[in-house]
Amino acid sequence: MPLNLRPNFHDPDRRRFRDYSAGDDFYELLIESHRGLDEAQSAKLNARLILLLANHIGDLSVLREAVERARDGS
Amino acid sequence: MSESLRGSSPHAAHRPKFEYRRPPEFGATAPVRHPVVVVGAGPVGLAAAIDSRLKGLPVVLLDEDDIVSIGSRGLCYAKRSLEILDRLGCGDPVCSKGVNWNVGRTFFHAREIYRFDLVAESDHKRPGMVNLQQYYIEEYEVDRARAVGVDLRWKNRVVAIDPRPDHVRLLVDTPDGRYAIEAQWLIVADGARSPLRRLLGLDVEGKVFRDRFLIADVVMAADFPAERWFWFDPPFHPGQSVLLHRQADNVWRIDFQLGWDADPDAEKRPERVIPRIRAMLGDGREFELDWVSVYTFQCRRMAKFRHGRVLFAGDAAHQVSPFGARGANSGFQDVDNLAWKLQLVAAGRAPDRLLDTYSEERIAAADENILNSTRSTDFITPKSGISRVFRDAVLELAERHDFARRLVNSGRLSMPTIYEDSALNTRDTDAFAGALVPGAPAADAPLERGGWLIDALGGRFQLLLFADDPGEVPRPAVDAFAVLARLPIPVEAIVIARRAGAAVANARVLVDAKGVAAERYDGRAGTVYLIRPDQHVAARWRRFDLAGLRAALGRATGHDAEV
Repeated sequence: MPLNLRPNFHDPDRRRFRDYSAGDDFYELLIESHRGLDEAQSAKLNARLILLLANHIGDLSVLREAVERARDGS
Repeated sequence: MSESLRGSSPHAAHRPKFEYRRPPEFGATAPVRHPVVVVGAGPVGLAAAIDSRLKGLPVVLLDEDDIVSIGSRGLCYAKRSLEILDRLGCGDPVCSKGVNWNVGRTFFHAREIYRFDLVAESDHKRPGMVNLQQYYIEEYEVDRARAVGVDLRWKNRVVAIDPRPDHVRLLVDTPDGRYAIEAQWLIVADGARSPLRRLLGLDVEGKVFRDRFLIADVVMAADFPAERWFWFDPPFHPGQSVLLHRQADNVWRIDFQLGWDADPDAEKRPERVIPRIRAMLGDGREFELDWVSVYTFQCRRMAKFRHGRVLFAGDAAHQVSPFGARGANSGFQDVDNLAWKLQLVAAGRAPDRLLDTYSEERIAAADENILNSTRSTDFITPKSGISRVFRDAVLELAERHDFARRLVNSGRLSMPTIYEDSALNTRDTDAFAGALVPGAPAADAPLERGGWLIDALGGRFQLLLFADDPGEVPRPAVDAFAVLARLPIPVEAIVIARRAGAAVANARVLVDAKGVAAERYDGRAGTVYLIRPDQHVAARWRRFDLAGLRAALGRATGHDAEV
């Protein structure tokens, strides 16, 4: 399965009427998770988060594509 | 909110000044009691006065000034507001004078990263958004208020308020001195600073954002299209955001983010503003400043919008950041929600607690607006280094990827609130597809011969019954239409048929020639919707059932039992 680049944030427990709501919920969660952290603590949080999510995805072909895209900024 | 105004522009000159007249109370021996008094003749107060008047209530409207707003202030009017203004009888002048736009472009540094189109679907009477200076809207509303018989009183400033159990007493200051007036119901729409809210000692809670923005309304002959342009960190204004909107009469709104440390007095001087605009236009074109202001904003609301016989609406009750155009647009929805409830309670046809649901439903709406506008503000003005890193990463990815575009937040444009959890709703017992759940505002649809469904709705409770042919409406339904029309709270029956046919007794027949209404409402032959006077869905079923309908009507009007 290739890396999914389509909008994919969703919440199975809740009906959404606006197409941005679930993504905005995620973005707020992400920014809030860094609240009160200094730069080093934020970097650690990001590292742990990437590792947790990477294991959840698991599929190395997907992870390779994501790493490449993140690396070249596209 | 605006910290300063500059009103000496050519565009200020033609704006009407309204005549003060000596109020009749000066000749009276005892204070006159009026069914409805509205305080504040801004867009929301005027709408409240018109709507109450259209519902048969005599209305006095008090305003401390005698002119429409200075500067353009409110700017974008969303489709739902246009539908409400249509119901009030001022939609046409607003739409013909206003600038219709659907396309928004978003830039990061010097590059356009994506564009959006507000009109994802056609077949609506009104466009996604219309831009119009606030003073025009107010002027049209004043015309309409006069035409429907609102008692407009300019230069009438409320200086004291005394809420009593069965009325509210006001002391009003005028050029002729002070007089007392009594209101059975008082609608307060006197803006973000709300003098009446202060007189009552009521709080409004929320957060103040540590940022300043410069608004410049500029007159120029520009060939930019009528679109919303939003820049993150552009070369001509590094590190900040800029927003450009077109208004009527070749007036353009430019909104520069300045940061918290900016000096508001220095920033609004022409010698500071003009170079900023020159840098943005970049081509030496001529322009003239119409209005300049530096503002900060807050996202906050009152704990309750109803205090006995005092009902707060618009900015007096709740305030948001301007990103998303959720200020005036939510104020119109307040009025839409309030007027029919006030009518029923004032007439003794619904219990007093129906007015509590005004506060409940509109607080849910205010919370949704505050949430969205706070998120937009947090995206536009990142509050920490890491938050800026994520924001910029989203913007970079947005140039290529749809998922990231969805995360870019320069304002989630005003959409009407769906009162999903309202106590007035009757829960679905049948299965429906689509978004028209109980609590949702009715969807528009084209009818035969250029008509629109939205124009047939509103002002009273209505039942929509879907049928392939008007002749196929079930007999029990036809028999019940006469009963519904004679209830203490009458319900008008509307048959929405796929094709024209015979007349139906005690019902209006609308022809859904393109089938759009059937699609948007998931309406099959026999499907029934109960629509509130504010055009929101109260209940829906797959089969007509008089008992269920009367129970739903009772619930939607705050009764314990059927009506």
